[in-house]
Amino acid sequence: MPEAHAPGTEYLRVTDLHAFYGEAHILHGMDFVVNRGECVSLLGRNGAGRTTTLRAILGLTGRRSGSIMLNGREAIGMASHRIARLGVGYCPEERGIYASLSAEENLLLPPVVASGGMSLEALYAMFPNLAERRASQGSRLSGGEQQMLAIARVLRTGARLLLLDEITEGLAPVIVEKLGEVIRRLREADYTIVLVEQNFRFAMPLADRHYVVERGRVAEVVGKGEVEGRMEMLHEYLGV
Amino acid sequence: MFELLGITPQGLVAQLLVGLINGSFYAMLSLGLAIIFGLLNIINFSHGAQYMLGAFAAWIGATQLGAWIGNPEFSIGYWPALVLSPLLIGASGIVIERTMLRRLYHLDPLYGLLLTFGLALVIEGMFRHWYGISGENYEVPESLTGAFRLEGIGLALPKYRLWVVAASLAVCFASWVFIERTKLGAYLRAGTENPALLQAFGVNVPLLITAAYGYGVALAAFAGVLAAPIFQVSPLMGSNLIIVVFAVVVIGGMGSIMGSIVTGIGLGLIEGLTKVFYAQASDVVVFVIMAIVLLLRPAGLFGRET
Repeated sequence: MPEAHAPGTEYLRVTDLHAFYGEAHILHGMDFVVNRGECVSLLGRNGAGRTTTLRAILGLTGRRSGSIMLNGREAIGMASHRIARLGVGYCPEERGIYASLSAEENLLLPPVVASGGMSLEALYAMFPNLAERRASQGSRLSGGEQQMLAIARVLRTGARLLLLDEITEGLAPVIVEKLGEVIRRLREADYTIVLVEQNFRFAMPLADRHYVVERGRVAEVVGKGEVEGRMEMLHEYLGV
Repeated sequence: MFELLGITPQGLVAQLLVGLINGSFYAMLSLGLAIIFGLLNIINFSHGAQYMLGAFAAWIGATQLGAWIGNPEFSIGYWPALVLSPLLIGASGIVIERTMLRRLYHLDPLYGLLLTFGLALVIEGMFRHWYGISGENYEVPESLTGAFRLEGIGLALPKYRLWVVAASLAVCFASWVFIERTKLGAYLRAGTENPALLQAFGVNVPLLITAAYGYGVALAAFAGVLAAPIFQVSPLMGSNLIIVVFAVVVIGGMGSIMGSIVTGIGLGLIEGLTKVFYAQASDVVVFVIMAIVLLLRPAGLFGRET
Protein backbone atom coordinates (compact mmCIF):
# COMPACT_ATOMS: atom_id res chain seq x y z
CA MET A 1 0.00 0.00 0.00
CA PRO A 2 1.94 3.00 -1.22
CA GLU A 3 -0.16 5.86 0.15
CA ALA A 4 1.76 7.92 2.66
CA HIS A 5 0.34 8.12 6.14
CA ALA A 6 0.69 11.32 8.03
CA PRO A 7 1.76 10.75 11.63
CA GLY A 8 -1.30 10.38 13.78
CA THR A 9 -3.16 8.43 11.12
CA GLU A 10 -5.25 5.70 12.64
CA TYR A 11 -3.82 2.24 11.91
CA LEU A 12 -5.94 -0.01 14.07
CA ARG A 13 -9.34 0.86 15.51
CA VAL A 14 -11.16 -1.74 17.56
CA THR A 15 -14.78 -0.84 18.29
CA ASP A 16 -17.22 -2.74 20.48
CA LEU A 17 -15.36 -6.01 19.94
CA HIS A 18 -17.04 -9.08 21.39
CA ALA A 19 -15.44 -12.51 21.14
CA PHE A 20 -16.39 -16.00 22.22
CA TYR A 21 -14.70 -19.35 22.74
CA GLY A 22 -17.55 -21.76 22.22
CA GLU A 23 -20.23 -20.54 24.62
CA ALA A 24 -17.81 -18.53 26.76
CA HIS A 25 -18.19 -14.81 26.17
CA ILE A 26 -14.67 -13.42 26.73
CA LEU A 27 -14.59 -9.91 25.24
CA HIS A 28 -17.42 -7.59 26.15
CA GLY A 29 -16.96 -4.63 23.87
CA MET A 30 -13.26 -3.76 23.62
CA ASP A 31 -12.57 -0.26 22.27
CA PHE A 32 -9.14 1.12 21.50
CA VAL A 33 -7.17 2.93 18.83
CA VAL A 34 -3.55 2.71 17.72
CA ASN A 35 -2.15 5.33 15.37
CA ARG A 36 0.55 4.65 12.88
CA GLY A 37 3.97 4.53 14.52
CA GLU A 38 2.53 4.33 18.03
CA CYS A 39 3.15 1.73 20.67
CA VAL A 40 0.28 1.00 23.04
CA SER A 41 0.07 -1.54 25.80
CA LEU A 42 -2.84 -3.63 26.98
CA LEU A 43 -2.41 -4.09 30.72
CA GLY A 44 -4.48 -6.14 33.07
CA ARG A 45 -4.67 -9.27 35.15
CA ASN A 46 -4.48 -12.77 33.74
CA GLY A 47 -7.84 -13.66 32.24
CA ALA A 48 -8.84 -10.02 31.69
CA GLY A 49 -9.06 -10.65 27.94
CA ARG A 50 -5.82 -9.14 26.60
CA THR A 51 -4.56 -12.24 24.79
CA THR A 52 -8.07 -12.88 23.50
CA THR A 53 -8.13 -9.33 22.12
CA LEU A 54 -5.04 -10.03 20.00
CA ARG A 55 -6.40 -13.39 18.93
CA ALA A 56 -9.77 -11.85 18.03
CA ILE A 57 -8.06 -9.21 15.88
CA LEU A 58 -6.43 -12.07 13.96
CA GLY A 59 -9.60 -14.12 13.71
CA LEU A 60 -8.27 -16.89 15.97
CA THR A 61 -11.18 -16.95 18.42
CA GLY A 62 -14.60 -18.39 17.85
CA ARG A 63 -17.51 -16.11 17.00
CA ARG A 64 -16.76 -12.36 17.20
CA SER A 65 -18.67 -9.17 16.53
CA GLY A 66 -18.02 -5.44 16.46
CA SER A 67 -15.53 -3.72 14.22
CA ILE A 68 -11.79 -4.07 13.59
CA MET A 69 -10.56 -1.40 11.19
CA LEU A 70 -7.07 -2.29 10.00
CA ASN A 71 -5.34 0.28 7.85
CA GLY A 72 -8.72 1.42 6.58
CA ARG A 73 -10.15 -2.07 5.97
CA GLU A 74 -12.85 -3.81 7.99
CA ALA A 75 -11.36 -7.14 9.19
CA ILE A 76 -14.13 -8.50 11.40
CA GLY A 77 -15.50 -10.86 8.76
CA MET A 78 -12.16 -11.92 7.25
CA ALA A 79 -10.47 -15.30 7.53
CA SER A 80 -7.29 -15.35 9.54
CA HIS A 81 -4.91 -15.57 6.58
CA ARG A 82 -6.48 -12.55 4.91
CA ILE A 83 -6.11 -10.46 8.03
CA ALA A 84 -2.40 -11.28 8.17
CA ARG A 85 -2.13 -10.11 4.57
CA LEU A 86 -3.30 -6.65 5.66
CA GLY A 87 0.11 -6.30 7.28
CA VAL A 88 -0.28 -7.78 10.75
CA GLY A 89 2.57 -9.63 12.47
CA TYR A 90 1.80 -11.77 15.51
CA CYS A 91 3.95 -13.13 18.33
CA PRO A 92 1.76 -15.49 20.32
CA GLU A 93 2.10 -15.81 24.06
CA GLU A 94 3.42 -19.36 23.80
CA ARG A 95 5.86 -18.07 21.11
CA GLY A 96 4.67 -20.62 18.56
CA ILE A 97 8.10 -21.82 17.43
CA TYR A 98 7.64 -24.89 15.25
CA ALA A 99 9.55 -27.78 16.80
CA SER A 100 9.82 -29.75 13.58
CA LEU A 101 11.37 -26.83 11.67
CA SER A 102 14.89 -25.49 12.06
CA ALA A 103 15.42 -21.98 13.42
CA GLU A 104 16.00 -20.64 9.93
CA GLU A 105 12.98 -22.48 8.51
CA ASN A 106 10.93 -20.90 11.30
CA LEU A 107 12.35 -17.53 10.37
CA LEU A 108 11.50 -17.98 6.71
CA LEU A 109 8.08 -19.54 7.33
CA PRO A 110 5.63 -16.61 7.42
CA PRO A 111 4.84 -15.42 3.90
CA VAL A 112 5.86 -11.89 2.97
CA VAL A 113 2.72 -9.78 3.24
CA ALA A 114 4.12 -6.42 2.14
CA SER A 115 7.31 -4.97 0.80
CA GLY A 116 9.75 -3.34 3.17
CA GLY A 117 10.36 -6.27 5.50
CA MET A 118 13.81 -6.80 6.98
CA SER A 119 16.31 -9.01 5.18
CA LEU A 120 17.66 -12.19 6.71
CA GLU A 121 21.06 -10.47 7.08
CA ALA A 122 19.56 -7.49 8.90
CA LEU A 123 17.67 -9.82 11.23
CA TYR A 124 20.77 -11.86 12.00
CA ALA A 125 22.60 -8.60 12.69
CA MET A 126 19.82 -7.58 15.08
CA PHE A 127 19.71 -11.01 16.75
CA PRO A 128 23.24 -12.47 16.49
CA ASN A 129 22.28 -15.46 18.65
CA LEU A 130 19.85 -16.63 15.98
CA ALA A 131 22.57 -16.61 13.34
CA GLU A 132 24.56 -19.05 15.46
CA ARG A 133 21.57 -21.30 16.02
CA ARG A 134 20.13 -21.14 12.51
CA ALA A 135 20.43 -24.87 11.86
CA SER A 136 19.06 -25.96 15.27
CA GLN A 137 15.63 -27.52 15.56
CA GLY A 138 13.04 -25.10 16.92
CA SER A 139 12.56 -27.30 19.96
CA ARG A 140 16.23 -27.02 20.95
CA LEU A 141 16.28 -23.23 21.33
CA SER A 142 16.30 -21.61 24.76
CA GLY A 143 13.31 -19.54 25.87
CA GLY A 144 15.12 -16.30 25.04
CA GLU A 145 16.19 -17.55 21.63
CA GLN A 146 12.64 -18.68 20.90
CA GLN A 147 11.30 -15.24 21.79
CA MET A 148 13.89 -13.50 19.60
CA LEU A 149 12.98 -15.87 16.79
CA ALA A 150 9.26 -15.24 17.26
CA ILE A 151 9.84 -11.49 16.88
CA ALA A 152 12.39 -11.76 14.07
CA ARG A 153 10.01 -14.03 12.19
CA VAL A 154 7.36 -11.34 11.78
CA LEU A 155 9.82 -8.55 10.98
CA ARG A 156 10.79 -10.32 7.76
CA THR A 157 7.27 -10.26 6.37
CA GLY A 158 6.86 -6.52 5.92
CA ALA A 159 4.04 -6.41 8.50
CA ARG A 160 3.77 -2.90 9.92
CA LEU A 161 1.46 -3.69 12.83
CA LEU A 162 2.99 -5.96 15.45
CA LEU A 163 0.82 -7.73 18.01
CA LEU A 164 3.24 -8.87 20.73
CA ASP A 165 1.83 -11.08 23.47
CA GLU A 166 3.78 -11.28 26.75
CA ILE A 167 7.17 -11.22 25.09
CA THR A 168 9.04 -10.81 28.37
CA GLU A 169 7.32 -13.65 30.19
CA GLY A 170 9.71 -16.04 31.89
CA LEU A 171 12.87 -14.46 30.50
CA ALA A 172 16.04 -13.40 32.29
CA PRO A 173 16.43 -9.64 33.00
CA VAL A 174 19.29 -9.27 30.53
CA ILE A 175 17.11 -10.65 27.73
CA VAL A 176 14.17 -8.48 28.78
CA GLU A 177 16.51 -5.49 28.51
CA LYS A 178 17.55 -6.58 25.04
CA LEU A 179 13.88 -6.91 24.02
CA GLY A 180 13.18 -3.39 25.28
CA GLU A 181 15.98 -2.15 23.06
CA VAL A 182 14.50 -4.03 20.10
CA ILE A 183 11.07 -2.46 20.67
CA ARG A 184 12.65 1.01 20.85
CA ARG A 185 14.40 0.40 17.53
CA LEU A 186 11.17 -0.81 15.95
CA ARG A 187 9.41 2.33 17.14
CA GLU A 188 12.11 4.44 15.56
CA ALA A 189 11.58 2.47 12.35
CA ASP A 190 7.91 3.55 12.47
CA TYR A 191 6.36 0.18 13.31
CA THR A 192 2.95 0.23 14.99
CA ILE A 193 2.98 -1.96 18.08
CA VAL A 194 0.43 -3.42 20.47
CA LEU A 195 2.11 -4.86 23.57
CA VAL A 196 0.23 -7.20 25.84
CA GLU A 197 2.23 -7.09 29.06
CA GLN A 198 2.11 -8.38 32.57
CA ASN A 199 5.39 -6.63 33.25
CA PHE A 200 4.25 -3.04 33.73
CA ARG A 201 7.81 -1.80 34.33
CA PHE A 202 8.73 -3.07 30.86
CA ALA A 203 5.73 -1.51 29.12
CA MET A 204 5.75 1.83 30.96
CA PRO A 205 8.65 3.54 29.16
CA LEU A 206 7.85 1.98 25.78
CA ALA A 207 4.15 2.67 25.28
CA ASP A 208 2.51 5.95 24.28
CA ARG A 209 -0.70 4.85 25.92
CA HIS A 210 -1.80 2.12 28.28
CA TYR A 211 -5.21 0.51 28.05
CA VAL A 212 -6.20 -1.19 31.27
CA VAL A 213 -8.33 -4.21 30.41
CA GLU A 214 -10.75 -5.65 32.92
CA ARG A 215 -13.44 -8.29 32.28
CA GLY A 216 -13.16 -8.12 28.52
CA ARG A 217 -13.36 -4.35 28.09
CA VAL A 218 -11.16 -1.31 28.46
CA ALA A 219 -11.56 0.07 31.97
CA GLU A 220 -9.07 2.94 31.88
CA VAL A 221 -6.81 4.73 29.43
CA VAL A 222 -3.58 6.16 30.75
CA GLY A 223 -1.36 8.41 28.63
CA LYS A 224 2.39 8.22 28.92
CA GLY A 225 2.61 11.43 30.91
CA GLU A 226 -0.19 10.50 33.32
CA VAL A 227 1.34 7.32 34.65
CA GLU A 228 2.96 8.90 37.72
CA GLY A 229 -0.24 10.58 38.81
CA ARG A 230 -2.43 7.51 38.38
CA MET A 231 -0.16 4.94 39.94
CA GLU A 232 -2.66 4.16 42.66
CA MET A 233 -5.39 3.28 40.19
CA LEU A 234 -2.96 1.14 38.17
CA HIS A 235 -1.88 -0.72 41.30
CA GLU A 236 -5.47 -1.42 42.10
CA TYR A 237 -6.27 -2.83 38.66
CA LEU A 238 -3.07 -4.75 38.12
CA GLY A 239 -2.62 -5.95 41.65
CA VAL A 240 1.09 -5.16 41.56
CA MET B 1 24.03 -73.06 4.05
CA PHE B 2 20.88 -72.50 2.02
CA GLU B 3 20.43 -76.22 1.60
CA LEU B 4 20.79 -76.62 5.32
CA LEU B 5 17.74 -74.46 5.95
CA GLY B 6 15.84 -76.13 3.15
CA ILE B 7 15.55 -73.01 1.02
CA THR B 8 17.01 -72.11 -2.33
CA PRO B 9 18.68 -68.82 -3.23
CA GLN B 10 16.12 -68.48 -6.03
CA GLY B 11 13.31 -68.80 -3.54
CA LEU B 12 14.92 -66.26 -1.26
CA VAL B 13 15.44 -63.68 -4.01
CA ALA B 14 11.95 -64.28 -5.42
CA GLN B 15 10.32 -63.77 -2.02
CA LEU B 16 12.45 -60.71 -1.34
CA LEU B 17 11.21 -59.24 -4.60
CA VAL B 18 7.60 -60.02 -3.69
CA GLY B 19 8.27 -58.43 -0.32
CA LEU B 20 9.81 -55.39 -1.94
CA ILE B 21 6.77 -54.98 -4.20
CA ASN B 22 4.32 -55.32 -1.34
CA GLY B 23 6.51 -52.95 0.65
CA SER B 24 6.35 -50.43 -2.19
CA PHE B 25 2.57 -50.42 -2.00
CA TYR B 26 2.63 -50.21 1.80
CA ALA B 27 5.02 -47.26 1.54
CA MET B 28 2.98 -45.30 -1.01
CA LEU B 29 -0.29 -45.88 0.81
CA SER B 30 1.02 -45.18 4.29
CA LEU B 31 2.80 -42.07 3.02
CA GLY B 32 -0.53 -40.72 1.76
CA LEU B 33 -2.19 -41.64 5.04
CA ALA B 34 0.61 -39.89 6.96
CA ILE B 35 0.26 -36.66 4.97
CA ILE B 36 -3.51 -36.67 5.38
CA PHE B 37 -3.35 -37.47 9.07
CA GLY B 38 -0.78 -34.74 9.63
CA LEU B 39 -2.92 -31.93 8.29
CA LEU B 40 -6.50 -33.17 8.66
CA ASN B 41 -6.01 -35.11 11.87
CA ILE B 42 -8.22 -37.72 10.26
CA ILE B 43 -7.38 -41.35 9.64
CA ASN B 44 -8.52 -41.69 6.05
CA PHE B 45 -10.40 -44.98 6.11
CA SER B 46 -11.43 -44.60 2.48
CA HIS B 47 -7.77 -44.83 1.43
CA GLY B 48 -8.12 -48.46 0.35
CA ALA B 49 -11.24 -47.66 -1.65
CA GLN B 50 -9.42 -44.80 -3.35
CA TYR B 51 -6.55 -47.12 -4.22
CA MET B 52 -9.12 -49.48 -5.73
CA LEU B 53 -10.71 -46.56 -7.61
CA GLY B 54 -7.30 -45.75 -9.12
CA ALA B 55 -6.99 -49.29 -10.44
CA PHE B 56 -10.58 -49.33 -11.70
CA ALA B 57 -10.17 -45.98 -13.42
CA ALA B 58 -7.23 -47.41 -15.36
CA TRP B 59 -9.13 -50.60 -16.19
CA ILE B 60 -12.28 -48.73 -17.24
CA GLY B 61 -10.20 -46.41 -19.39
CA ALA B 62 -8.57 -49.39 -21.09
CA THR B 63 -11.55 -51.66 -21.59
CA GLN B 64 -14.91 -49.93 -21.01
CA LEU B 65 -14.66 -46.29 -21.92
CA GLY B 66 -14.56 -46.91 -25.67
CA ALA B 67 -17.89 -48.75 -25.62
CA TRP B 68 -19.45 -46.12 -23.35
CA ILE B 69 -18.69 -43.31 -25.76
CA GLY B 70 -19.71 -45.41 -28.75
CA ASN B 71 -16.23 -45.80 -30.16
CA PRO B 72 -14.97 -49.30 -29.34
CA GLU B 73 -11.58 -48.49 -30.81
CA PHE B 74 -10.92 -45.87 -28.16
CA SER B 75 -9.00 -46.87 -25.08
CA ILE B 76 -6.67 -45.19 -22.65
CA GLY B 77 -3.36 -46.97 -22.31
CA TYR B 78 -1.30 -47.69 -19.21
CA TRP B 79 0.99 -44.67 -19.38
CA PRO B 80 -1.72 -42.02 -19.78
CA ALA B 81 -3.73 -43.83 -17.10
CA LEU B 82 -0.78 -43.57 -14.73
CA VAL B 83 -1.20 -39.79 -14.89
CA LEU B 84 -4.93 -39.40 -15.53
CA SER B 85 -6.21 -41.81 -12.91
CA PRO B 86 -4.42 -40.12 -9.95
CA LEU B 87 -5.57 -36.72 -11.24
CA LEU B 88 -9.17 -37.88 -11.53
CA ILE B 89 -9.31 -39.72 -8.20
CA GLY B 90 -7.33 -36.92 -6.51
CA ALA B 91 -9.91 -34.44 -7.80
CA SER B 92 -12.70 -36.60 -6.41
CA GLY B 93 -10.84 -36.53 -3.08
CA ILE B 94 -10.78 -32.74 -3.24
CA VAL B 95 -14.55 -32.72 -3.75
CA ILE B 96 -14.99 -35.02 -0.75
CA GLU B 97 -12.77 -32.78 1.39
CA ARG B 98 -14.53 -29.58 0.34
CA THR B 99 -18.08 -30.87 0.63
CA MET B 100 -17.90 -33.33 3.52
CA LEU B 101 -14.70 -33.59 5.57
CA ARG B 102 -14.46 -29.82 5.96
CA ARG B 103 -17.64 -29.81 8.01
CA LEU B 104 -16.12 -32.15 10.58
CA TYR B 105 -12.87 -30.40 11.53
CA HIS B 106 -14.37 -28.73 14.59
CA LEU B 107 -15.65 -32.08 15.85
CA ASP B 108 -13.89 -35.06 17.38
CA PRO B 109 -11.57 -36.80 14.82
CA LEU B 110 -13.69 -39.89 15.32
CA TYR B 111 -16.36 -38.37 13.06
CA GLY B 112 -13.87 -38.05 10.22
CA LEU B 113 -12.94 -41.67 10.70
CA LEU B 114 -16.60 -42.70 10.59
CA LEU B 115 -17.30 -40.62 7.49
CA THR B 116 -14.33 -41.96 5.53
CA PHE B 117 -15.13 -45.51 6.66
CA GLY B 118 -18.72 -45.06 5.46
CA LEU B 119 -17.50 -43.65 2.16
CA ALA B 120 -15.25 -46.67 1.69
CA LEU B 121 -18.21 -49.00 2.24
CA VAL B 122 -20.36 -47.05 -0.21
CA ILE B 123 -17.68 -46.91 -2.92
CA GLU B 124 -16.75 -50.56 -2.57
CA GLY B 125 -20.41 -51.54 -2.46
CA MET B 126 -21.12 -49.70 -5.69
CA PHE B 127 -18.25 -51.35 -7.50
CA ARG B 128 -19.23 -54.74 -6.15
CA HIS B 129 -22.72 -54.14 -7.48
CA TRP B 130 -21.45 -53.14 -10.91
CA TYR B 131 -18.51 -55.44 -11.44
CA GLY B 132 -18.85 -58.31 -8.96
CA ILE B 133 -15.95 -59.58 -6.90
CA SER B 134 -14.32 -61.95 -9.35
CA GLY B 135 -11.78 -59.35 -10.44
CA GLU B 136 -10.72 -58.11 -13.84
CA ASN B 137 -7.43 -58.54 -15.65
CA TYR B 138 -5.33 -55.59 -16.63
CA GLU B 139 -2.59 -56.19 -19.17
CA VAL B 140 1.01 -55.37 -18.41
CA PRO B 141 2.04 -52.56 -20.78
CA GLU B 142 3.91 -53.90 -23.78
CA SER B 143 7.13 -52.06 -23.06
CA LEU B 144 7.39 -53.76 -19.66
CA THR B 145 6.49 -57.35 -20.54
CA GLY B 146 9.10 -60.04 -20.18
CA ALA B 147 11.81 -60.44 -17.60
CA PHE B 148 15.46 -59.95 -16.93
CA ARG B 149 17.17 -63.29 -16.58
CA LEU B 150 19.86 -63.66 -13.97
CA GLU B 151 21.75 -66.60 -15.43
CA GLY B 152 24.00 -67.02 -12.40
CA ILE B 153 21.22 -68.20 -10.12
CA GLY B 154 18.73 -69.13 -12.80
CA LEU B 155 16.15 -66.53 -11.85
CA ALA B 156 13.83 -64.35 -13.92
CA LEU B 157 12.96 -60.89 -12.63
CA PRO B 158 9.79 -59.60 -14.32
CA LYS B 159 10.40 -56.16 -15.76
CA TYR B 160 7.04 -54.83 -14.67
CA ARG B 161 7.66 -55.67 -11.04
CA LEU B 162 11.03 -53.96 -11.08
CA TRP B 163 9.33 -50.93 -12.60
CA VAL B 164 6.77 -50.90 -9.78
CA VAL B 165 9.50 -50.88 -7.16
CA ALA B 166 11.44 -48.15 -8.96
CA ALA B 167 8.38 -45.97 -9.57
CA SER B 168 7.18 -46.25 -6.01
CA LEU B 169 10.61 -45.50 -4.54
CA ALA B 170 10.91 -42.50 -6.85
CA VAL B 171 7.48 -41.16 -5.87
CA CYS B 172 8.13 -41.68 -2.16
CA PHE B 173 11.56 -40.07 -2.35
CA ALA B 174 10.26 -37.13 -4.37
CA SER B 175 7.46 -36.60 -1.85
CA TRP B 176 9.95 -36.68 1.00
CA VAL B 177 12.27 -34.16 -0.68
CA PHE B 178 9.29 -31.95 -1.43
CA ILE B 179 8.09 -31.99 2.16
CA GLU B 180 11.51 -31.60 3.78
CA ARG B 181 13.21 -29.19 1.39
CA THR B 182 10.64 -26.82 -0.14
CA LYS B 183 8.73 -23.84 1.18
CA LEU B 184 5.39 -25.52 0.56
CA GLY B 185 6.73 -28.55 2.41
CA ALA B 186 7.63 -26.32 5.35
CA TYR B 187 4.04 -25.04 5.35
CA LEU B 188 2.90 -28.63 5.41
CA ARG B 189 5.08 -29.50 8.39
CA ALA B 190 4.11 -26.30 10.20
CA GLY B 191 0.44 -26.92 9.42
CA THR B 192 0.77 -30.35 10.99
CA GLU B 193 2.09 -28.79 14.18
CA ASN B 194 0.07 -25.59 14.65
CA PRO B 195 -2.29 -24.77 11.78
CA ALA B 196 -4.03 -21.82 13.49
CA LEU B 197 -0.79 -19.87 13.90
CA LEU B 198 0.29 -20.72 10.36
CA GLN B 199 -2.95 -19.23 9.12
CA ALA B 200 -2.46 -16.17 11.30
CA PHE B 201 0.84 -15.67 9.44
CA GLY B 202 -1.11 -15.37 6.19
CA VAL B 203 -0.97 -18.90 4.81
CA ASN B 204 -4.23 -20.14 3.32
CA VAL B 205 -4.41 -23.22 5.52
CA PRO B 206 -7.84 -24.43 4.34
CA LEU B 207 -6.45 -24.59 0.80
CA LEU B 208 -3.32 -26.36 2.06
CA ILE B 209 -5.53 -28.97 3.75
CA THR B 210 -7.53 -29.52 0.58
CA ALA B 211 -4.34 -29.92 -1.44
CA ALA B 212 -2.87 -32.35 1.09
CA TYR B 213 -5.97 -34.53 0.97
CA GLY B 214 -6.00 -34.43 -2.82
CA TYR B 215 -2.33 -35.39 -2.93
CA GLY B 216 -2.72 -38.25 -0.45
CA VAL B 217 -5.67 -39.63 -2.42
CA ALA B 218 -3.82 -39.20 -5.73
CA LEU B 219 -0.91 -41.21 -4.27
CA ALA B 220 -3.35 -44.00 -3.41
CA ALA B 221 -4.76 -43.92 -6.94
CA PHE B 222 -1.24 -43.98 -8.41
CA ALA B 223 -0.50 -47.08 -6.34
CA GLY B 224 -3.76 -48.53 -7.61
CA VAL B 225 -2.75 -48.11 -11.26
CA LEU B 226 0.66 -49.63 -10.54
CA ALA B 227 -1.07 -52.55 -8.85
CA ALA B 228 -3.62 -53.16 -11.62
CA PRO B 229 -1.39 -55.40 -13.81
CA ILE B 230 -0.05 -57.34 -10.80
CA PHE B 231 -3.17 -58.02 -8.77
CA GLN B 232 -6.70 -58.53 -10.01
CA VAL B 233 -8.62 -55.28 -10.36
CA SER B 234 -11.38 -56.01 -7.88
CA PRO B 235 -13.63 -53.97 -5.58
CA LEU B 236 -12.03 -55.69 -2.60
CA MET B 237 -8.40 -55.14 -3.53
CA GLY B 238 -8.20 -52.07 -1.31
CA SER B 239 -9.76 -53.46 1.82
CA ASN B 240 -7.45 -56.48 1.67
CA LEU B 241 -4.39 -54.28 1.55
CA ILE B 242 -5.40 -51.40 3.75
CA ILE B 243 -5.54 -53.39 6.98
CA VAL B 244 -1.84 -54.16 6.68
CA VAL B 245 -1.19 -50.53 5.73
CA PHE B 246 -2.87 -49.31 8.91
CA ALA B 247 -0.59 -51.62 10.87
CA VAL B 248 2.37 -50.11 8.98
CA VAL B 249 1.22 -46.62 9.91
CA VAL B 250 0.94 -47.58 13.57
CA ILE B 251 4.40 -49.17 13.54
CA GLY B 252 6.01 -46.24 11.74
CA GLY B 253 4.37 -43.61 13.91
CA MET B 254 1.25 -41.67 13.00
CA GLY B 255 1.96 -38.82 10.64
CA SER B 256 5.71 -39.42 10.24
CA ILE B 257 6.66 -39.06 6.56
CA MET B 258 10.03 -40.80 6.57
CA GLY B 259 8.70 -43.31 9.07
CA SER B 260 5.90 -44.42 6.79
CA ILE B 261 8.21 -44.91 3.80
CA VAL B 262 10.92 -46.82 5.66
CA THR B 263 8.46 -48.91 7.65
CA GLY B 264 6.42 -49.71 4.54
CA ILE B 265 9.37 -51.08 2.60
CA GLY B 266 10.89 -52.72 5.66
CA LEU B 267 7.73 -54.57 6.60
CA GLY B 268 7.23 -55.73 3.03
CA LEU B 269 10.71 -57.26 3.14
CA ILE B 270 10.13 -58.81 6.54
CA GLU B 271 6.91 -60.34 5.24
CA GLY B 272 8.78 -61.73 2.25
CA LEU B 273 11.51 -63.21 4.45
CA THR B 274 8.92 -64.76 6.72
CA LYS B 275 7.42 -66.50 3.70
CA VAL B 276 10.81 -68.07 3.06
CA PHE B 277 11.63 -69.16 6.56
CA TYR B 278 8.25 -69.82 8.14
CA ALA B 279 5.50 -69.31 5.62
CA GLN B 280 2.66 -69.98 8.06
CA ALA B 281 3.50 -66.80 9.95
CA SER B 282 3.73 -64.49 6.96
CA ASP B 283 0.16 -63.20 7.26
CA VAL B 284 0.47 -62.30 10.91
CA VAL B 285 4.07 -61.15 11.21
CA VAL B 286 3.16 -57.49 10.58
CA PHE B 287 0.56 -57.56 13.34
CA VAL B 288 2.93 -59.29 15.75
CA ILE B 289 5.46 -56.52 15.09
CA MET B 290 2.71 -53.96 15.58
CA ALA B 291 1.85 -55.42 18.97
CA ILE B 292 5.49 -55.42 20.05
CA VAL B 293 6.07 -51.85 18.87
CA LEU B 294 2.91 -50.66 20.63
CA LEU B 295 4.13 -52.26 23.85
CA LEU B 296 7.66 -50.84 23.68
CA ARG B 297 7.15 -47.53 21.85
CA PRO B 298 3.49 -46.53 21.72
CA ALA B 299 4.21 -43.51 19.48
CA GLY B 300 5.66 -45.78 16.79
CA LEU B 301 9.24 -46.23 15.60
CA PHE B 302 9.48 -42.76 14.04
CA GLY B 303 6.75 -40.99 15.99
CA ARG B 304 7.41 -38.19 18.46
CA GLU B 305 6.68 -39.16 22.03
CA THR B 306 4.44 -36.56 23.54
